Amino acid sequence: MESSTTPASVAPHVAATGGEHTGQQHAVGLYLKVWGLLFVLSTFSYLVDYANLQGYLRWGLILVLMVAKAGLIVAVFMHMRWERLALVYAILIPPLALLVLMSLMASEADFTFVTRLAHFR
Amino acid sequence: MNTSSSSVIPPAEPPGGWRGVVTDWSGDRATFRVPWGKAMMWIFLLSDTFVFSSFLIGYMTVRMSTTATWPNPAEIFALSVNGHSVPLLLIAIMTFVLITSSGTMAMAVNYGYRRDRDKTAACILATAYLGVAFVGMQAFEWTNLIVHEGIRPWGNSMGAAQFGACFFMITGFHGLHVSAGVIYLLTVMRKVLNGTLERRGNYELVEIAGLYWHFVDLVWVFIFALFYLW
Repeated sequence: MESSTTPASVAPHVAATGGEHTGQQHAVGLYLKVWGLLFVLSTFSYLVDYANLQGYLRWGLILVLMVAKAGLIVAVFMHMRWERLALVYAILIPPLALLVLMSLMASEADFTFVTRLAHFR
Repeated sequence: MNTSSSSVIPPAEPPGGWRGVVTDWSGDRATFRVPWGKAMMWIFLLSDTFVFSSFLIGYMTVRMSTTATWPNPAEIFALSVNGHSVPLLLIAIMTFVLITSSGTMAMAVNYGYRRDRDKTAACILATAYLGVAFVGMQAFEWTNLIVHEGIRPWGNSMGAAQFGACFFMITGFHGLHVSAGVIYLLTVMRKVLNGTLERRGNYELVEIAGLYWHFVDLVWVFIFALFYLW
């Protein structure tokens, strides 16, 4: 591997986190904590439905819990927080483009809905 | 550029932060300083993100634009316990099974880098087993919906016809990923057990398989929130 030519002394943070040389190696306790946290967050999102919350409160909670769980999985389980920024940006920025598609389709769906209400009912 | 002045040659290890990104992307060499298999898996997962997102956005579009009533997932996916109907119980169990499988997979990656072959293989096997359990429960869920509720991809008795199309498309594609993942994990487990990775001197393969498995769990987080809780 090309990067093996890098002396470890020049890259203390690589040696400290395992980096690209020995792979991702972290304390087992960290994984257990994240595992437990995912359980708790899932229980909360389940309770949102069980308690029959409605409106913005329901949607706020569902989205916050969803993003928190996704963030934990990507950051810790998939080791994203220990990767170099060049990889992190390459993977995390493109999905933001989907927000454009999402808003386009949402406004289109709204229009279709209104048209159907006006002409087909 | 005149290479004779040694002071302009960038250091082997680029600076951190935004300057590091620029250095990594502009250098005449590999951009991602990770094993190539890991970079390829990330790029595959990025493409898969777009496929799943398109499905979910399509589902959002048809759900927002239909004037027919949308079936209540909490009622459809309820299980009856001691005569009481508990909403979304099956989905909750499936969620916890998949999260647990993600936990065991993270352990497998960790034990792999610690060169503990037996524990790595055991954790991968547990992950695969939980994956099979998940797919089994999904088969139960599908059977229930098709046979007892009469839901089809082209319609159902309880409202918007688009419900069936979205449900079978999205959960089916996810279930396919879980099933393929189980086969993938078992082949990796075989390589761990017969010492292929030991001879190769690294356990990257386990981490790469782990990325795939965590992604499957990640997608379920979004399906759970957007399909079952909406």
